[in-house]
Amino acid sequence: MLEGIIVRGLVSGGIYALLAIGFSLIFGVARMVNLAHTSFYMLASYGSYIFASKMGMDPVPAALISLVVTAIFGVATYKIFIDRVREHHVTVMLITLAVAIIYQEVIMLAFGGHYLAAPTFVVGFRTILGIKVSLQHMLTFGVVLLVLAGVWALLNKTRLGIAIRAVAQDSEIANLMGINVSSILIVTMGLAATLAAIAGVVVAPTLVLEPYMWTHPLIIIMAIVTLGGLGSVKGSFIGAFIIGFVEVTVVFLVPHLAFLKGAFALVVMVAILLFRPEGLFGITFEEERL
Amino acid sequence: MLRRLFKDFQGDIVSVPGRLLALIFFILLLFVPLITSESYILRTLCFANIFAIFAVSWDLLSGYTGQVNFGHALFFGVAAYTSALLNMKLDMPVWATIPIGALAGVVAGMLVCLPALRLRGPYLSLVTLAFPLILLGIIFTFTGFTGGEFGVSGLDRISNSRVTDFYISYGVMLVSVMIMWKLTDAKSALVRTGIIFHAIREDEIAARSAGINTIRYKMLAFMVGGFFAGIAGAFHAHFMRIAGPSNLDLFLSFQAIIWTVFGGIASIYGPVVGVFTMYPLMEFLRVVPEIRMLIFAGIVVVILLFMPEGIAVFIRDKMEQTCPRCKLSNVWWRKNCRACSANLR
Repeated sequence: MLEGIIVRGLVSGGIYALLAIGFSLIFGVARMVNLAHTSFYMLASYGSYIFASKMGMDPVPAALISLVVTAIFGVATYKIFIDRVREHHVTVMLITLAVAIIYQEVIMLAFGGHYLAAPTFVVGFRTILGIKVSLQHMLTFGVVLLVLAGVWALLNKTRLGIAIRAVAQDSEIANLMGINVSSILIVTMGLAATLAAIAGVVVAPTLVLEPYMWTHPLIIIMAIVTLGGLGSVKGSFIGAFIIGFVEVTVVFLVPHLAFLKGAFALVVMVAILLFRPEGLFGITFEEERL
Repeated sequence: MLRRLFKDFQGDIVSVPGRLLALIFFILLLFVPLITSESYILRTLCFANIFAIFAVSWDLLSGYTGQVNFGHALFFGVAAYTSALLNMKLDMPVWATIPIGALAGVVAGMLVCLPALRLRGPYLSLVTLAFPLILLGIIFTFTGFTGGEFGVSGLDRISNSRVTDFYISYGVMLVSVMIMWKLTDAKSALVRTGIIFHAIREDEIAARSAGINTIRYKMLAFMVGGFFAGIAGAFHAHFMRIAGPSNLDLFLSFQAIIWTVFGGIASIYGPVVGVFTMYPLMEFLRVVPEIRMLIFAGIVVVILLFMPEGIAVFIRDKMEQTCPRCKLSNVWWRKNCRACSANLR
């Protein structure tokens, strides 16, 4: 039981962390709530389904192509729809939501509402701590750890990462220091879309694909990012595991109320915000302080 | 006395094209049942009336005080379920359940206040988003009491004919919108709430340092918003004769925002225009159900990109010009202000 909670919690927390960190990055850098974020996750899952099942490629190159395509989609979405209204945060939320609905409806038109399954990378399972873990889940967790380490290194060790963090702290000063803010925004958007896409392609084999698959993770990552502190990458990492464990614990302890896992996650978020209104690791900005 | 009223009418309504259009629109709406008795059209207009109240209440809360509520359907759904359960389980008549439902909306507004007063900006939006979803979870847990997925159905009708339904919803909409318009009117001499709401949105710290208890006014905004959204929800439940999980849906919350932003945020008439163009359009698009949502999302994107201030405000700005000296609105073809004859060009 406990081992099951730990293993499943780590896997789902890792997936949420991938999604939430992209969401958090784009909020931190551009101050925009991108509700289309998880639709890139959906697009990438469908992408690996198209390339692998429809075109008969091997799963791994199919996943890689799908990543690239999704990243291009992300940047294009930003350039076409978001760039001109970036200053107004309600408008950004609405427009990204509308874009997400457009993607959902296009997928619906192309594939119908049927449940689809993407091919797995690896088959079989291992026994860890006395419970069976499928290799796909282990692979997912490995990829998540690898990618998160990569993101950490990118943000902390490279010039690009420093530029991204500088823009997140104060975009005007960063601009004065010679950083091209608009290209940093595009890079961040591409990075965030890629992170969502990685989450999409690695979980695609373990899920059923359907056009509404972006809504549940969207709500959950919004809870994660809010409780971790908007714009804080560390906060969303820790928040993702908190919410992941809460969901898995609910599913394991009260299986007949498994559909309540989302509601429980949101209750945890509200409870944390009652005590820390800016989230666990939230940053308050001078002009935004209450 | 009458002559003075007529003078006021001429000066304040007839000579301002936006207000004249609004008046003509409401009078025309009054005559719709005489022209057609098509049940479908009347039903669509009934729902448009109800959703107009709902969208305007969102505008009052979020457009005016700047507390962007992403879970406005909470008030709608709470009121719908309250009046439905009172009607079904306790056999209370319609005239009692609707006000009690609206009061339930006020209570929900006060409960949301608890965390909402401490938060602001995107945090507030994301937390308010959570409440209707949590309530949905509760509803699905106690299926015996709430009917679960199927909701509470078989409620009493408000009246037996569509035409009466239409006139009732029309009257309620007109009264509610007028009250909310007065409450948010920054130039009003009667109530101070309008100008205080504006002040809270523009700069809360400045409003507080001017001696305004901003917490109290934010709570007031939540309660008034909850009350009118509750009225809309209770009426909706009785018109549909069902209160179901779709009344708490995320999509309903977003629709209120989309209608408002489409028409023009923080303007009261904006959401009304938004609902009366968008809602019948969406009903009409049911002839092409496959691409209905696609068209809807496409329209939202186009409007937001090219008319970010909303379609009603966009048209009004084309029709009216403000006198630079006395700030009175004038028709676009005038060269001189109608009151102080200052040059408008």
